Amino acid sequence: MGTFSQNLREALAGGIDAHGLVVVLKKELADHFSSYRFVILFALIAMVSLISTYMTGVGLREELEGIAKPKLVFLMLFTSTGTWFSLAQFVAFFGPLIGLVLGFDSINREKSTGTMSKLASQPIFRDSIINGKFLAGVATIAIMFTSIVLVISGLGLRVLGVVPGIEELWRIIIYLIISIVYVSFWLGISMLFSITFRSIATSALASIAMWIFFSFFTSLGATVVANALAPIPSSGADTETVVRHARIQQAVRLISPMELYSDATATIIDPMRKTTRSLVLMGPMERLLSSRFQNPLPLSQSILVVWPYITSLIAITLVCFGFSYAVFMRQEIRSV
Amino acid sequence: MGYPWMSSRGRSSAFWAPMVRARPPPSSCCWGLPSHRGGRRGSAASTPLGTREPLKVKRLVGYLPENVGFYQDMSARENLRYVARLNHIPDRVSSHKIDEVLGIVGLSEDAQKRVGTFSRGMSQRLGIAEVLIKDPRVCFLDEPTLGLDPDGAIRMIELIQSLSRERTITMLVSSHNLEQVQKISHRVGIMIKGKLVAVGPMQELANEKLGVGKQKYTLEQIYMKYFHEV
Repeated sequence: MGTFSQNLREALAGGIDAHGLVVVLKKELADHFSSYRFVILFALIAMVSLISTYMTGVGLREELEGIAKPKLVFLMLFTSTGTWFSLAQFVAFFGPLIGLVLGFDSINREKSTGTMSKLASQPIFRDSIINGKFLAGVATIAIMFTSIVLVISGLGLRVLGVVPGIEELWRIIIYLIISIVYVSFWLGISMLFSITFRSIATSALASIAMWIFFSFFTSLGATVVANALAPIPSSGADTETVVRHARIQQAVRLISPMELYSDATATIIDPMRKTTRSLVLMGPMERLLSSRFQNPLPLSQSILVVWPYITSLIAITLVCFGFSYAVFMRQEIRSV
Repeated sequence: MGYPWMSSRGRSSAFWAPMVRARPPPSSCCWGLPSHRGGRRGSAASTPLGTREPLKVKRLVGYLPENVGFYQDMSARENLRYVARLNHIPDRVSSHKIDEVLGIVGLSEDAQKRVGTFSRGMSQRLGIAEVLIKDPRVCFLDEPTLGLDPDGAIRMIELIQSLSRERTITMLVSSHNLEQVQKISHRVGIMIKGKLVAVGPMQELANEKLGVGKQKYTLEQIYMKYFHEV
């Protein structure tokens, strides 16, 4: 604990080394924005989101013709699936790649080129390095997503001719914040790998493996686990078994940050959704009621529904970064 | 840890470790670079020289690691500016300073070139420039001539000597090359198996181990004497 308590003491005694942090942050930010891979990735994602939103918008306009007073149309830009997928789904799947690309070589590249030992011998605290790098990544992600959402909203204004209301704006802002946290989580994961693995290729592969596992295999695994623990007989099952099956599946599925994110954002951005669950148990009268009164959920209620999801998402992001911080502070830095 | 060299400002000293290097290398343990699991060094190793004011010490002391690295995509000037900023030197001051130190190490013409295109000798000299930018009182140079061609090595040695003489910077050089060390050092320290077994001016060490006489001994002879005794 030597380094850790010492650093804590230093930080408390001398204040946080804001100068070093800002210098590192600025440099990393400049690096991100001038690097080719960031530009390529950004162009790709901006293009895909623009095209899919445009198509959704055109489709929506045709659908909405003849409807007297459509509600919350603007949000449909983000949620309706259009030809292939909605923007929200797209970000859930491929947003992590941005985080991974920004972080997978942040620490071990500096180690392998020998700049890390030099950096550590400058008059800054060691945590300024990792804090600066992480914050620069988060800032990059934030700028990127904000600009994409703004462009899409602008496009939506033109294509749909509908002005978003205050509530819709709030929902978009919350969606934006959750997305930034979500991608930052993946940034934290890739930075953790870049700290633990010496080789850049290994950390890149490990990050990609994590992404594939959580994006594609968790839902598969959830079905397998649910089938094993609460099998639904082919002869037909009672309600209890079906519910148990669904609960187990849901619980396993939520291990994946992607599921956390999609559940959270789907409810925020689609006011018609009243719960994050896919299976809802209700009696006949309730069903009648819910189909009779199909009103959107107020914003506060939507937030209430997804609050646990948002907090868990923030928590895993912080835990992930905290873990990399601790590992980095205790690591030996030497030129290879 | 006592560093007897500290008192003699403007002198160059060398300490020399045999092939079996102590882990971590002597200069890095002064820097808080090793992990806290450094064993018996304990928490003192986590800050430069075990002080409570690591930042103040780091501002006064320059360190050139064995394989000094630079940001390959940035020019020499940009690399130096980054280090200057980390050292609280504002840009308007540092732009003169960068020209000055690049002149000292003879890289003025390559200031705008990407460091990725530099030869080993050039990056080693850029490393010295980077150390100089913060006007250090003490410099730790870890194997500054390793992997340089004879001409580059001689220029490096002369540079170290002139810096120590003209700018009164205490230079601590760790090296495996005894001849070079002998040529420039005022004081020599010998490290064997991670322990400092002797410190002092070369003549003193020679007198102590090999007896007083008119004969001149090389550092290699003195070292071998120590090495056999341990």
